[in-house]
Amino acid sequence: MIFSSELQEFTGEERTEVSATSYRVLIDVLVAKYSRLSFDQLTDLAVAIDGVIIVDPLLEPLSSDTEVHFLHFVAGG
Amino acid sequence: MSEAREYKYIGQRSIRPDGFDKVTGRANYGADMTLPGMIWGKILRSPHAHAKIKNIDTSKAEALSGVLAVATYQDFPTADKKADLARNILADDKVLYHGHAILGIAATTSAIAERALDLVDIDYEVLKPVMDIRDAMAADAPLLHEDMITEGYAEAPTTASNVATRLEMKMGDVEAGFKEADVIVEGDYYTPTVHQGYIEPHACVVRYDEDGQSMIWCCTQGHFDVRGSTANILGMNLSKLKVIASEIGGGFGGKTTIYLEPVALVLSRKSGRPVKMVMDRDEVFKASGPGSATRNWVKIGAKNDGTITAMQAKLHYEAGAFKGSPMMMGCMTAFTPYAVENMYVEGFDVVVNKPKVAAYRAPGAPQAEYAAEMVVNEIAEKIGMDPIELRLKNAAKEGTQTIYGPKFKAVGLVECLEAAKNSPHYKAALKENQGRGLAAGFWFNIGGQSSVTLNMNPDGTGTIVEGSPDIGGSRASMQLMAAEEMQMPAENFRPIVADTEHVAFSAGTGGSRTTFATGMAVIEAAQDVIRQMKERAAAVWNVTAEQVDWADGVAINTAGEDRLTAAEICKGAERTGGQISGRGNINARGAGPSFAVHLCDVEVDRDTGKVDVIRYTAIQDAGKAIHPSYVEGQLQGGAVQGIGWALNEEYVYGDDGLLQNPGFLDYRVPLASDLPMIDSIVVEVPNAFHPFGVRGVGESGIIPPLAACAYAVSQAIDAPIRDLPCSPPSVLKVIQENS
Repeated sequence: MIFSSELQEFTGEERTEVSATSYRVLIDVLVAKYSRLSFDQLTDLAVAIDGVIIVDPLLEPLSSDTEVHFLHFVAGG
Repeated sequence: MSEAREYKYIGQRSIRPDGFDKVTGRANYGADMTLPGMIWGKILRSPHAHAKIKNIDTSKAEALSGVLAVATYQDFPTADKKADLARNILADDKVLYHGHAILGIAATTSAIAERALDLVDIDYEVLKPVMDIRDAMAADAPLLHEDMITEGYAEAPTTASNVATRLEMKMGDVEAGFKEADVIVEGDYYTPTVHQGYIEPHACVVRYDEDGQSMIWCCTQGHFDVRGSTANILGMNLSKLKVIASEIGGGFGGKTTIYLEPVALVLSRKSGRPVKMVMDRDEVFKASGPGSATRNWVKIGAKNDGTITAMQAKLHYEAGAFKGSPMMMGCMTAFTPYAVENMYVEGFDVVVNKPKVAAYRAPGAPQAEYAAEMVVNEIAEKIGMDPIELRLKNAAKEGTQTIYGPKFKAVGLVECLEAAKNSPHYKAALKENQGRGLAAGFWFNIGGQSSVTLNMNPDGTGTIVEGSPDIGGSRASMQLMAAEEMQMPAENFRPIVADTEHVAFSAGTGGSRTTFATGMAVIEAAQDVIRQMKERAAAVWNVTAEQVDWADGVAINTAGEDRLTAAEICKGAERTGGQISGRGNINARGAGPSFAVHLCDVEVDRDTGKVDVIRYTAIQDAGKAIHPSYVEGQLQGGAVQGIGWALNEEYVYGDDGLLQNPGFLDYRVPLASDLPMIDSIVVEVPNAFHPFGVRGVGESGIIPPLAACAYAVSQAIDAPIRDLPCSPPSVLKVIQENS
């Protein structure tokens, strides 16, 4: 897990390793680990899983060594 | 898919399916719909930039013969009533910009509705307007929203301000990076409020039936978004509202939101009649969503060998009257063409008494990348390095860590820079009073939800039913992708953009997502059809589907000599299981970023400050150009809009906050006669996450022109340019100040 500058204000660290089999589980793990993070806060963000940006990844499976970044939703013109 | 491959249909310059309708005038746009019993709606707009509404008296207007309904903010009934979108569509107790809509009136004729607007009495308390970021951020600035507390600080401020949001992004140690630098350049840059300049004004025709079932016909980039936003404001179930997307005469991001539709529906409900509303050009400029004005500071450090060691920016974006500028995307894009370890970007979203901004091609990116690219060019000049070589030395490539999160997969910036370096344009000599500018641009491109149904006909032709309004020739691209996948001629497929009741949800056309995401849905639907075709053929031949191949639109029995064409299978579909119809409902992932590099030559008249673009080349990575003509068109269109932004376009406000140039005579967009042919070079570095390698090309092309043009002007006059536009008076001023 690599946190954006904004999320680091809530996590106090730039990166962490957690065990999760899916994005849905990952959110629960992170909310449990960092008391200042909320479920809605995280699910309001897009995610890059191993460099692939995914919008609404709720059921996305994760495997070992997966790198996850939270990032802002991007809207275009 | 990551390797370049040969295609049979993709890459053809086929005639667009909607072409004949558009060149003959048969195509129906927003204002072209007429319904029996239809009446006309008009909007009363604020004559002030900032004022409290103390009282509204509509009695005289309502008494006018022919007036059938009046709609105000009080007619928006939902819990979401206080949402900014609703308050932008009709003002509540305060008007926040010149032209802010206050109420709507519907009458039997347009003229009566106009006359009725003049009969409305409104008592205002006029307030001092805030028209610029600096003024808005001053400690004693009048507040647009007295309850707005800046978000984004670890400790929330205790007092309200006009700064809606503060954002910070960082990588590495920027201070350490500057210490490593041999040369540091910094500067303040201004970009003005600009409009997308679409030709077709906003327009809709609506009907609210007795049972509450409603219909909206409108020009939009996303009719599902129109449905969602309108239903939300009016408290309607989505099933009660059908939205039909008309043909669209340009959007460029400006038609991703709503202005008229909820008002028109209220007027229709109250009057019991269909209602048409059409903005005039004055209204489009005053009250639709322009692109943000910005004030941005950028500082970059580099070693004498060209290695960039640190990049820093402080970005201020005007949001207009309500929070929500594309500042965040400016922060994410400003330095993304560069593989630099140390970056720090701070952004501010600031409200001012101007219309709420809307998306405009690569929203947020042109302004931030303008400042960054200008400083990169100055760095190259200072260390005596070719600007392309400097960029090649620091170019983002596969594996580069971005400031916004992920590392890049394969991207085509280096290929674009090499194409620029090898172009005849870059090698051409310049004459006196001429200058050359170069700039790069980055845009993410996006995926998202798209839905497609491919209905096969008994003769083997098919109808592609999609939900993505066609702005830039996407029907033709869908047709070609279906043809490639089915291995059948493109003209066998008829693409149509269906309404919200006849195709499943599709996100709007924008962000360069349609050819990528809706194209993937088309491919998936085609694969579904092929699967069904093979199953039907297998059933006829009494073999398994696995024993059936598909080639050139023909099912082949690998266990024998049998062949069945698509037409034969579809003709017999009634006897083999019924209609063959493929479906592709996806949430596309893996959008591939698109980089662009532009070269601009200008000639400046030193007596008048007039700038002429004399040569221009736009280079961009398309991933794969499905229809090369429309890809080139996107590159050229983006370049021209960016040139306008750089050289002429700006909203001009008086001290009273009133817009002084709401029309194309005074808001000068570039015309064909103003410009040379825009040469385009399409680079193809396939996106590994699209079956055909597509990236999307609609956005990146508007980013580089700002810096390419401005730097060319600065080279021509041998003086620095900081503020846009480079209009004659502003260029003349720079010349005089530096002579």
